[in-house]
Amino acid sequence: MTDKQTEMTTMDKVNQSLARRYRAERRFRAYGMAAILFGLACLVVLFTDIIGKGHSAFLQTYVAMEITYDSDVLELSDPSDSNAVARADFQGLVKQSLRDTFSDVSGRRDKRALYALISNGAGFALRDRLANDPSLLNRSETVWLLADDDVDTYVKSRDDEGGAFTGRLNEKQIAWVEQLIADNAVEKRFNTTLFTAGDSREPEQAGILGAMMGSLFTLLVTIALSFPIGVAAAVYLEEYAPKNRFTDFIEVNINNLAAVPSIIFGLLGLAIFIGFFEMHRSIPLVGGLVLTLMTLPTIIISSRAAIKAVPPSIRDAAYGLGASKMQVVMHHVLPLAMPGMLTGAIIGFAQALGETAPLLMIGMVAFIVDIPGGVSDPATALPVQIFLWSDSPERAFVERTSAAIMVLLAFLISMNTLAIWLRKRLERRW
Amino acid sequence: MKKPLLISAIALSGVLMSGAAQAARDYINIVGSSTVYPFSTVVAERFGKSTQYKTPKVESTGSGGGLKLFCQGVGVQHPDIANASRRIKATEVALCAENGVEEIVEVLIGFDGIVIGNSVEGTRFNLSRRDLFLALAKEVPNPDGSETLVENPYTTWKQVNASLPDLEIEVLGPPPTSGTRDAFAELALEGGCKTYDWIKALKKADKKRYKGICHTVREDGPFIEAGENDNLIVQKLNANPDALGIFGFSFLDQNADQIQGSMIDGVEPTFDSISDGGYPVSRPLYFYVKKAHVGVIPGMKEYLAEFTSNKAFGEEGYLTEKGMIPLGDEKRAEVKANVQALKKLVL
Repeated sequence: MTDKQTEMTTMDKVNQSLARRYRAERRFRAYGMAAILFGLACLVVLFTDIIGKGHSAFLQTYVAMEITYDSDVLELSDPSDSNAVARADFQGLVKQSLRDTFSDVSGRRDKRALYALISNGAGFALRDRLANDPSLLNRSETVWLLADDDVDTYVKSRDDEGGAFTGRLNEKQIAWVEQLIADNAVEKRFNTTLFTAGDSREPEQAGILGAMMGSLFTLLVTIALSFPIGVAAAVYLEEYAPKNRFTDFIEVNINNLAAVPSIIFGLLGLAIFIGFFEMHRSIPLVGGLVLTLMTLPTIIISSRAAIKAVPPSIRDAAYGLGASKMQVVMHHVLPLAMPGMLTGAIIGFAQALGETAPLLMIGMVAFIVDIPGGVSDPATALPVQIFLWSDSPERAFVERTSAAIMVLLAFLISMNTLAIWLRKRLERRW
Repeated sequence: MKKPLLISAIALSGVLMSGAAQAARDYINIVGSSTVYPFSTVVAERFGKSTQYKTPKVESTGSGGGLKLFCQGVGVQHPDIANASRRIKATEVALCAENGVEEIVEVLIGFDGIVIGNSVEGTRFNLSRRDLFLALAKEVPNPDGSETLVENPYTTWKQVNASLPDLEIEVLGPPPTSGTRDAFAELALEGGCKTYDWIKALKKADKKRYKGICHTVREDGPFIEAGENDNLIVQKLNANPDALGIFGFSFLDQNADQIQGSMIDGVEPTFDSISDGGYPVSRPLYFYVKKAHVGVIPGMKEYLAEFTSNKAFGEEGYLTEKGMIPLGDEKRAEVKANVQALKKLVL
């Protein structure tokens, strides 16, 4: 046996082990593939779930109604008087029209059920129409009105395999809806309300514009503060700061801060901005300040890495030509490091856009209907809106929650794409 | 290139800070219970749409958290109204008074039922409060009949009560921070606990011990804390037809095709049974108003009037469509009169 082994040349040994080594190689690659496939599968499941639930929220059911702007029902004689228009009972017009369409309905209970088919926001739409065109008073027109959320969910689920979702509709209401559908008075249209309205407790009137504006103002404050401060800190630490224990201590702390859970920043914001400076709760300014604290470490770390990547030869050449330290930094180092710094910053801002926990502490998790017009108006943010809708009992909010998630994902994807594009476009290699 | 940007950013932030820090507030600030939140927000939205005032801001912080914020003091940076799914405590009134909030107006708005439900695919349970206590309390009376307590030995409903199905006890419920949990412990568990005379006798002798027995929920598995999100509990019940869940009546109302409410002491949780008091596990809902802010923050009086109008909290008001159980006629008239007079709360 020993003879045989000694007879084997190195080449034989290599040949013998070759098959095993190839197998190991293939296994190693397969592990990597499996990891990627697992990740992709999770993503596919997540996306199909969200899109499957949410796509229907982009359509909204409308019902055609013959509306007569009867001045007796409205108790309105002068349509140009805005105060009188605001007080007038426009929902009464809708009720009148419903009674005319279903003239056989009688009894208080049945009438209430009938009125429930049309959203209680329909009156406001009619009010706006009359305010725009006062000559409509005492005339009739066919108007497409928002259907109630129960009707909306029913109409959308009519073609489902498992049968339509009837929810809280009773049999009479379903019969009325079917009659309307048979009369071609029901139509699904693109849901513009979702993008033009603020929050509402009636799902058919709820939109994400308020949350989007809130996110925008919050992010503007974050960008305006964290980018200059972060870059200034990074430039000082890289270019000017002496290397000693103190700067080491600062560096450790910055790295540490980047890993602190975001809720801690919320608590800090609550104590400092709301507790000490006595700012109002729920305003984007405070939200932006808190998110600034949260994104600063990320921006400082990525900016320092970008500055470090600028080759010393560039600095030396500039010094050689007589540039001052500030000129070197301003004219050469910063422009060359900018793509890297921007990439880091955008990823930081994308993270801030998706953040909920710190906003919870400073009161941005709230029911706010009015669209914020500035950084000191109360506002929510997109992820918070998703959280609030997911907690609402109304069934029609389930699809709207998923739709809001899709919008948030679209924002995140475009921000991250922008970061990659900037890096590809502007990055220079040495 | 960089400098003007930096300077303008700092200047901008300075302006923002000084401008927003102490500005007057022209909208009503409401905080408090997540159970009252669905009702409070509906009123706020209608109020904003039908008057010239801005829509009030409603924050869902939980009853305790809301009252704590409410009692921080008088001034625009503090909330005007606190919602609560329980009555304000004497300690909270004391905290308020300490911070200068001396005059509080209490408004009782209606009732909320707590439902113990399961998926429609499972069998409907017919529970008594005693069954619930025996199934979910940490310590229960010794099954041999002696007046001693043992660690809860029951694992199936059949062991608790022979008429119940032979299923494992599995109940999804809210965590201890929730007002729903407090109310469930007080109304359902204590209700069952009191049916043992010797435990009831303890109430006078050793109140703390009594509360400990009646309110402590078991921690060995059958009771699962499922978070504050009632929708999540409903979804989990769908996935597991053998489990029961504890949640607010409005969620049963909205998901009647998926979830059925168990009968408690022979009464099914319906709108009518809760409003006439027949259903035993229901609780009052309140909100508290800072009198010092009425007349300072625009629209306070009008908001109170809207909330206590018949079209809102009345017998057939729009709050009932959201699942709130209205008060009786007399009580409603009394509440309305108190609100109009801004009657100060006396505990």
